Amino acid sequence: MIELKDVELTYETGTKALKGVTLTIEDGEFVFLVGPSGSGKTSIIKLMTSELTPTAGTMFVNGFHLESIRARDIPYMRRTIGVIFRDFRLIADKTVYENVSFAMRVIGASDAEIKKRVPYVLELVGLENKGRRLPNELSGGEQQRVAIARALVNNPSMIIADEPTGNLDPQRSLEIMMLLEQINSLGTTVMVVTHAMELVNRFTKRVIAIDDGLIVSDGMDGYYTNE
Amino acid sequence: MNKNNIGYLLKEGVRGVFLHGFRSFAAVCVTVACLIIMGSFCLISLNLNVMVSELESENEVLAYIDENYSEAEAKSVGSQINMIANVKNAVFVSREKALEQFVSEQDDASIFEGIDAETLRDRFEVTLVDNTIMKQTVSDIEQINGVVKTSAHYEISDGFQTVRNVLNLTSAVIILVLLVVSLFIISNTVKLALYDRKEEIAIMRMVGATNSFIRLPFIVEGFLLGIIGSVIAFFIEWGVYDLLAERIEAMDTLQLFRIIPFTTVLPFVLVAYLITGFLVGVMGSMLSIRKFLQV
Ligand SMILES: Nc1ncnc2c1ncn2[C@@H]1O[C@H](COP(=O)(O)OP(=O)(O)OP(=O)(O)O)[C@@H](O)[C@H]1O
Ligand SMILES: [Mg+2]
Repeated sequence: MIELKDVELTYETGTKALKGVTLTIEDGEFVFLVGPSGSGKTSIIKLMTSELTPTAGTMFVNGFHLESIRARDIPYMRRTIGVIFRDFRLIADKTVYENVSFAMRVIGASDAEIKKRVPYVLELVGLENKGRRLPNELSGGEQQRVAIARALVNNPSMIIADEPTGNLDPQRSLEIMMLLEQINSLGTTVMVVTHAMELVNRFTKRVIAIDDGLIVSDGMDGYYTNE
Repeated sequence: MNKNNIGYLLKEGVRGVFLHGFRSFAAVCVTVACLIIMGSFCLISLNLNVMVSELESENEVLAYIDENYSEAEAKSVGSQINMIANVKNAVFVSREKALEQFVSEQDDASIFEGIDAETLRDRFEVTLVDNTIMKQTVSDIEQINGVVKTSAHYEISDGFQTVRNVLNLTSAVIILVLLVVSLFIISNTVKLALYDRKEEIAIMRMVGATNSFIRLPFIVEGFLLGIIGSVIAFFIEWGVYDLLAERIEAMDTLQLFRIIPFTTVLPFVLVAYLITGFLVGVMGSMLSIRKFLQV
């Protein structure tokens, strides 16, 4: 579960990116986080993954109090969240399989666990036959699927995606969104940041809208903007 | 951390060394060069120290005995001299013996023929444990009843002391400088390795790898560079030392130098190299990691 209360974030430059955000996301939910460029979406994600600490307010993420988390607990908190970015962030000289197994490796999983889990997630994202390819031998959509597999492989309770379809054409975007929906249906909480309004409105999901560091709407009835 | 992880982390560290083959090679070369220079200075310094000590121990203090003392009485003064803590040895030289010695040292001994030994005094040739406190010891000797006069070469003992100090100080400075140089080189090599794998590190953090897990392969990499460097340096040092020792002994027909055989200092040199290599490697990599992996 995620609980933000009156969260504020001021960057060192003095920019007030978040000006008092309060929101709750229950386990198993699927939410879209939308808003114009510079409204503070990525800032919220950076707070949720403890890359940044809130300037004010309290944050409770999957059992951890982030406003006061100890540095040595941060890795364990991060294992509860799988993160996906617009630019995939795959390791270019590792194969698809290695990119995914790497994520398990570095948190200390055993060979046996890896051998069991990686093929399963690759199949889940539809890449069971591409394990030996390098990232640059894949399409953008396929690369994003690798990133999703990597985010999923450690079985996090939540997936956070920051504009996962930003580099993809509408058809690939829809496929990725449907994959995320499928993952959600298997029990993982999913939060997707996106600019793609027509895509958001094809799903009937909770939509949290943020503007200028404040939540401006939060509901199930889609999101329309004249942006 | 289970066995599985340790194996993986070690493998990653070794991979790092070979992945950046040329850089590792360069770092090892510089480390080897630094260690050899450091080691050479230590060994030269050690040899000179030993030589100086040997020369120094020949710098005796003479204690002259009251001429009214009989030989037996004079000898009893010797036991008192020997009781002074800093006295290593006091050898009795009778006046007859002293005259003999004196005459034999002269070019034209005939001049001194017929001189009566009675004109000289019985004496003790006193060697000290520590020549740096020669003055103190000499005054202790002078307190003893029956000792009427002493002669000591303070300037010689001071001279030896200066030679020793200069030697040790020079070695210390050079070692310190080279330690910093090798620390810097390894630190820099590891820093480049860190930059190379910036993206990997970012992903490791993102998926929740602990800091120690992220660090260890780089520490292993630095450790390996240091240890490889120290082992190579050790063998080169050994070869060069033996070669030079041989040359010097061949040239040194007067037997002025006595060079410590390498086998005597071998365990010491090996351990010193391994420890230095280890410390330089691990500390060098930690320096970079600390700067690079903040938060
Ligand atoms: N590292 C930073 N230092 C200073 N200011 C920053 C930093 N990152 C973001 N900002 C500022 O904080 C505000 C919110 O940025 P944020 O990245 O959260 O927006 P966003 O909603 O993700 O935008 P976009 O849709 O363009 O990705 C912006 O005004 C931005 O300029
Ligand atoms: Mg953003």
